[in-house]
Amino acid sequence: MARIGVFVCHCGENISATVDCKSVAESTAEIPGVVHSVEYKYMCSAPGQLLIQEAIAEHKLDGVVVSACSPRMHEPTFRNACSRANLNPYMVEMANIREHCSWVHEKGEATTQKAADIVRTMVEKVKKNKPLEPIRVPITKTALVIGGGVAGIQAALDIANGGHQVVMVEREPSIGGHMSQLSETFPTLDCSQCILTPRMVEVYQHPNIRLITYAEVIGLDGFVGNFVAKIKKKARSVDEDVCTGCGACWNKCPQKKIPNEFERGLGKRTAIYIPFPQAVPNKPVIDKNNCTYYKTGKCKICEKVCLPGAIRFDQPDEIIEIPVGSVTICTGFDVKKTDFFPEYGYGKYKDVLDGIQFERLASASGPTLGEIRRPSDGQIPKKIVFIKCAGSRDPAKGIEYCSKICCMYTAKHAMLYKHKVHDGTPIVFYMDIRAGGKNYEEFVRRAQVEDEVQYIRGRVSKVIEKNGKLLVYGADTLLGGKPVLIEADMVVLATAGVSNEGAEELAQTLHVSYDQHKFFAEAHPKLKPVETNTAGIYLAGACQTTKDIPDSVSAASGTAAKVLGMFAQKEITREPIIAVVNRISPPAFSTCVGCFMCQPVCPYNAIEKEEIKTRDGKVLKELARVNPGLCQGCGTCVALCRSKSIDLQGFTDQQVYSEVFAMLNDI
Amino acid sequence: MKIGLYPGCSLTGTAREYNESVVAISKALGLEVIEIPDWNCCGATAAHNLNKELSLSLPARNMAIAEREKMDIIVVPCAACYSRLTVTQHELHENPVLKARISEVLEMEYHGTSRVLNVIQFIEEFGAKAIAEKKVKSLGLKVACYYGCLMVRPPKILKFDRPEDPQSMEKIMASLGAEPIEWNYKTECCGAAMSVAKTKIVGRLSGDIVEDAVERGAEAIIVACPMCHSNLDMRRPDIETYKGKKFDIPIIYLSQAVGLSVGVGWNELGLHRHFVKVDLPEKAVKPEVAGAKPIDKKEEQVEN
Repeated sequence: MARIGVFVCHCGENISATVDCKSVAESTAEIPGVVHSVEYKYMCSAPGQLLIQEAIAEHKLDGVVVSACSPRMHEPTFRNACSRANLNPYMVEMANIREHCSWVHEKGEATTQKAADIVRTMVEKVKKNKPLEPIRVPITKTALVIGGGVAGIQAALDIANGGHQVVMVEREPSIGGHMSQLSETFPTLDCSQCILTPRMVEVYQHPNIRLITYAEVIGLDGFVGNFVAKIKKKARSVDEDVCTGCGACWNKCPQKKIPNEFERGLGKRTAIYIPFPQAVPNKPVIDKNNCTYYKTGKCKICEKVCLPGAIRFDQPDEIIEIPVGSVTICTGFDVKKTDFFPEYGYGKYKDVLDGIQFERLASASGPTLGEIRRPSDGQIPKKIVFIKCAGSRDPAKGIEYCSKICCMYTAKHAMLYKHKVHDGTPIVFYMDIRAGGKNYEEFVRRAQVEDEVQYIRGRVSKVIEKNGKLLVYGADTLLGGKPVLIEADMVVLATAGVSNEGAEELAQTLHVSYDQHKFFAEAHPKLKPVETNTAGIYLAGACQTTKDIPDSVSAASGTAAKVLGMFAQKEITREPIIAVVNRISPPAFSTCVGCFMCQPVCPYNAIEKEEIKTRDGKVLKELARVNPGLCQGCGTCVALCRSKSIDLQGFTDQQVYSEVFAMLNDI
Repeated sequence: MKIGLYPGCSLTGTAREYNESVVAISKALGLEVIEIPDWNCCGATAAHNLNKELSLSLPARNMAIAEREKMDIIVVPCAACYSRLTVTQHELHENPVLKARISEVLEMEYHGTSRVLNVIQFIEEFGAKAIAEKKVKSLGLKVACYYGCLMVRPPKILKFDRPEDPQSMEKIMASLGAEPIEWNYKTECCGAAMSVAKTKIVGRLSGDIVEDAVERGAEAIIVACPMCHSNLDMRRPDIETYKGKKFDIPIIYLSQAVGLSVGVGWNELGLHRHFVKVDLPEKAVKPEVAGAKPIDKKEEQVEN
């Protein structure tokens, strides 16, 4: 016979104001198996916990129900308390009579009765509880960081400086991300590259960081603390160990007219190239699609001019497998290109640019060496119209959200233009100015007041090109809703920030969730903003939602703290609330028939095949086995299993049925 | 399959040639179109500004008749009628209570089962194959395809082509051998009914349209809306007054262009009815099939 203790909490007046706690304790005492039932004002306080501990010893309790608040907050409190009194912590259950009862009902008998019912169901559950032990797994203390933008760089450096090994994988030939493309940064107007490139070099030289560029993560097996990442290192056609980065090859390459991705099509590059002069590593790659040798079988000029002999035309792609304990996703974002906007010319007008293109024009290392010039004819534009919310906050375009960074960077663009072209006229069309952030509003005011940037509140309906001018048709909704027509020399669209190319595939590879816009999903929007739903996988930066540099860096340091916190432990302890496949005596070994229907439905890839063998190695039966490191206890396999062979520890079918029957029998 | 034709008021008056040409090309392409018997006004711009029930009942009655006549398709050449019929169909589909109410008002069953198509959709869907087979002349013309405001809007309801930069007329014109130009004004407003109240506004708005087409090298503007046609064609003097220069670019209905290509006669297409004389260059209608006659210039002179 069970010996259960019930502890009814008043929660000050939170519960006792509407529930008669004394009556609940008394009626509960009548339930068979309950040997001790008391009430107390604050059960979570130190005396309250002591009360429980003493009762466990005195009444030899083998199960405890704390009738109080939601388990979210205080379940660990009471489990620890009972554990100190030598009761297995998983023999403790909470009956939530606060959120589920006292807070949502008026004072009265029915409310008290409901509280008693809730307590009774948990008493019946706890009768079926079994002692469980936390799961302990070892940790591989190497962190994988995917993406080498500012977020990835920050995360990698923080973890590496904490004394642990880091593997950074970057898809492009160089790290740096979007931040390396920016000219100056808001709200201080400090040079983006000047603050970023030293950090890029630090990553490259850090003894704890292994940098793998021009590579992608194509697989991830294992579980928290024990992942194995499969990385595809694309062939650079250059031996990185031999190459000195002298530049002879890219200076002599005859293919000189390939649109430069780093310049977002505004500049040209060669077939063997480094994306930008400060690239890290400073080792070129050969773009096989545009290289004369790969296309025609002739040329090899780069090989001839390479003194160290680093060119490797026959270099194959390489697949490497690296064991890691954690994964931090920092794959960043992209912005919609101008061809997304039919009303603004479908990308056909050369002088309609997106924000990143304008950054390149304003950058000292850009295609015009920092002079603002029209891509069409090289003239200095005398009037530039900046259109904010191009795509953002526009359900008709399928992008309902605010891209958040555009208000600030548009103010910055307008300022940079004015600083470079003193007689120029910057005009900004806007819906709202969202400048929340330290020194942000002041920055926008500075653009308006000191730099005389004209802000017009209204949308632009159409941009058309006529006689070398761009005619911008808009509306001024503050001054009587009048139509406005501006003859501009250049139009810059603050196009919506969107998830990066390949984000969806990567999420599926890593088995983490993503939202309808293909941004990676955090585990909790407020309390777990840098965790994913999969243990051991974290996210930082704009791969989660468009973020500015300070936010990206903060999140990156946040993930680093999480990783370092995990690596500080000897092993990982996890709640044993996981699914298990039952085991019975031979010859059946389990009711599991080995259909493996559970395998494809498991969102965490936690179901493995287990072979039951004789001593001489003959396979008797194949069973499903739930990997305790991977299982997150969602219960999908339990619901699906047709032979009812899987159960969720702590929430077994028996426990749940006991609760349900306890609730129903009294009606 | 039975195809109904809803002409609407314009096609019996100012846009007679649009009606004539739609009927003529349907015949030439081997499609039988039957005018909806006892059709009434679609309500145009007036009804939906005054009374919602009336604005839905008027188009619904025409569609109810078409249903009764077992017409699977209703071809609606006028862009305004097309808009009214499509919007009505959409609203009644979304709101079954209103649908029941309108049936009650009409004292007729309305189910919304006939598909409503404009002339572009009609030619695209049913004419493309026949055009390829029956094309006898290639239109060697640079054309500006002009859609106007109503043909593609509101996009959520019409779900037809790309609202900001439609392409369907261009495709049809290219199949006739013409060269559609890239231009800026294909969905801009022509001034519409301001033609009656404030003609100057039409001069300005339509003037921009005509001027851009001419500046970009178009030799003809192709339209599929009677309102657009009358503003660009009949209001040409106002356009010229506003712009301070002469324009002789002709405005041709899509159906007329198709008709020319498949060998329908000049007058049968109503090409002699326009205010701005349709004087196409020699190269414009060159015979593609042996024996096909070039345009009979004499026929042009015949008054109807």
